[in-house]
Amino acid sequence: MEKMSGARSLMVALEKEGVELVFGLPGGANLPIYDELYKSNIRHILARHEQSAAHMADGFGRVSRRPGVCFATSGPGATNLVTGIATAQADSAPMIAVTGQVPLKMIGKDAFQESDIIGISNPIVKYAFQPTSPAEIPEVVKKAFYISSTGRPGPVLIDIPKDVQQNEAEMKFPDDIKIKGYHPWVDPDIAEIERAIEMLLSAERPIILAGGGVIISGAFAELQSIAELLMIPVVTTFKGKGSFPENHPLSLGPIGMHGHAEANKMMVEADCVLAAGSRFSDRSVGTFEEFEKRLKIIHMDVDPAEIGKNQTTSVAVVGDVKTSLRIMVKMLIQKTIKRGGDYPWLKRVNETKEYYRENLKLYNHPLGAAKVLRKLREVLPHQSIVTTEVGQHQMWASLFFDVIQPGTFFSSTGLGTMGWGFPAAIGAKAAKPGVPVVDIAGEGSFNMTENSLAVSVLDNLPVIVFIMNNFSLGMVAQWQRTFYDRRMIGIDLKNCPDYVKIAQAYGAQGIRAESLDEIGNAVKTALKSDIATVIDIPIDPEEDVLPFVAPGTPLKDMILPS
Amino acid sequence: MWAIISVLVENKPGVLFKVTNLFRSRNFNIDSISVGVTENPEYSRMTITTIGDEKQVTQIIKQLDKMIDTVEVMRLDEKMSVYRELVLMKIKVSKPSESMEIMNLANAFGCKVHDVRKTSIMIEITATPDRINSLEDLVKGYGILEIARTGICALPRGGINES
Repeated sequence: MEKMSGARSLMVALEKEGVELVFGLPGGANLPIYDELYKSNIRHILARHEQSAAHMADGFGRVSRRPGVCFATSGPGATNLVTGIATAQADSAPMIAVTGQVPLKMIGKDAFQESDIIGISNPIVKYAFQPTSPAEIPEVVKKAFYISSTGRPGPVLIDIPKDVQQNEAEMKFPDDIKIKGYHPWVDPDIAEIERAIEMLLSAERPIILAGGGVIISGAFAELQSIAELLMIPVVTTFKGKGSFPENHPLSLGPIGMHGHAEANKMMVEADCVLAAGSRFSDRSVGTFEEFEKRLKIIHMDVDPAEIGKNQTTSVAVVGDVKTSLRIMVKMLIQKTIKRGGDYPWLKRVNETKEYYRENLKLYNHPLGAAKVLRKLREVLPHQSIVTTEVGQHQMWASLFFDVIQPGTFFSSTGLGTMGWGFPAAIGAKAAKPGVPVVDIAGEGSFNMTENSLAVSVLDNLPVIVFIMNNFSLGMVAQWQRTFYDRRMIGIDLKNCPDYVKIAQAYGAQGIRAESLDEIGNAVKTALKSDIATVIDIPIDPEEDVLPFVAPGTPLKDMILPS
Repeated sequence: MWAIISVLVENKPGVLFKVTNLFRSRNFNIDSISVGVTENPEYSRMTITTIGDEKQVTQIIKQLDKMIDTVEVMRLDEKMSVYRELVLMKIKVSKPSESMEIMNLANAFGCKVHDVRKTSIMIEITATPDRINSLEDLVKGYGILEIARTGICALPRGGINES
């Protein structure tokens, strides 16, 4: 037991959790926390907007697979975090958000910079704490990290009133905590896994659908073993992109609204799916009914509430996806179950894949999206981490940028938060300073958080922003062209600002690349440089993302480029 | 389909908000809700009745179970549980003879009579929703001035771990 202030105990507790850096912004209600941050060994990265601080913590958390931490003050500081917290929740990313709050006796008085962040954040956090005495803080922090990082990860908020930060108490830092109503570890049911194997073996046209859960649990090797032992083709959700090497002969790529043609086609023809860590989002499956009508579904998920939420399953395996897949691999090896690659379905899959790879029409433009992104792939080392913004470029990345090393691709897939990619890339760089980090961006999305360039430059977290600049909010433009008879409104960004100059204004490197060669050279220059680089690539504003499955329609009605 | 869900929760501020907000944000329906502290002051028991198809009810239970502040979530079988609601009803008395009639009805339903006035009578009934509805139908003719109800409160029959 040691007497110290609440703010001091927060720092000690964070250090005990292994926290080495936090992303944040100070303000009136979290000054006591910042004063203790000053005295601690924890590195502070000053974000230029709380939303970006949250995205940085999110990117850090997804890459390091332990919670990223962000700090914000009360009121607007806290509400600015909301989009970042919701993004982390939608994509099950571990994060701890610590907000200052007005003093206890001021709560409910509509005090200056007071906002009810506990109430506001309720539907978008995994859990939220508001300690009302300093002595609670050590246990709260311990619980917050435990909740955030176990089971299905998610954001946890700790809202600390200013006087609770300031007041002193005898602090006890617990080694273990128990939460009566929280049981993140569920042992997968062996009998269900046996049934799953039988079902996969008796199916004529089996397919594996790998979701974000494979990436979160790091089940890459297990997934690959199962696919190879049973010779089952692998499609992924967009969140699961890169859970399986996309140059693997069994890889078909992501399914969904902008899935690969061969992936959607084979998903439609399959008769049995092993869905590992996928929640069957509408963007992935098109219409729910269409899916469950014709498919036997084996659903593996760590979250029991996902079983049967969107799809009726034949076999449900609740538990950590890595553990479940590992047990499955073990069973297959023990029983020496293997399937050769010469069965009719696999032949059909390979033919389809070949057909689309040869015949799918690509956009006819010197800087068509496919050419641009394949060029990036060509020059970018495989271990590089790639984030994306949200919009057309994101979907093009899904289609044309192959992830070779599993677990190196991250995007705001669930909430679809524009402005996520760049700060998340900075967070990723902080988690893995040794590898190149690239944000595949659209200019509209990058524009939303571009002031994080100051962070990338000043905090020595150099990332590469790869802007596919079509001078417009391209995805909205595409929908207006497709569904609204070309009544174009609210999409024209008029080539403003100049991103090369924006980069230079922040002390970063700005390069305009107007041909594939220039793109290759620009990326090579950026990779050699130790400063943030913005590569601005003017592309054709008329290019659509294709294939396209219109919202609310089944995957089989995929629109192909003509 | 009508379902009774019994939820044991941590007895601390904000939990009722979180439970009801879950119903709102997931587009589930609360028919009635009652809350009170249990034999163990650390926990409260919420009895929630809801209307939905089998899939919805299962999903509600799973989402409630997923909440960190819920310790135990049970769906109660109507036949294997005792469930009751308490209702206070203020009934209009238009002429003196009605007073007697209402009191007779109240007796037949095992109600308590609380506040007898010249122009109104307040009765208290604790019963199943069906029985309460029958009484409500019968006294409607006199005119119901006001109603307050607690919502269903329920426990499974039998001892612990014996069902």
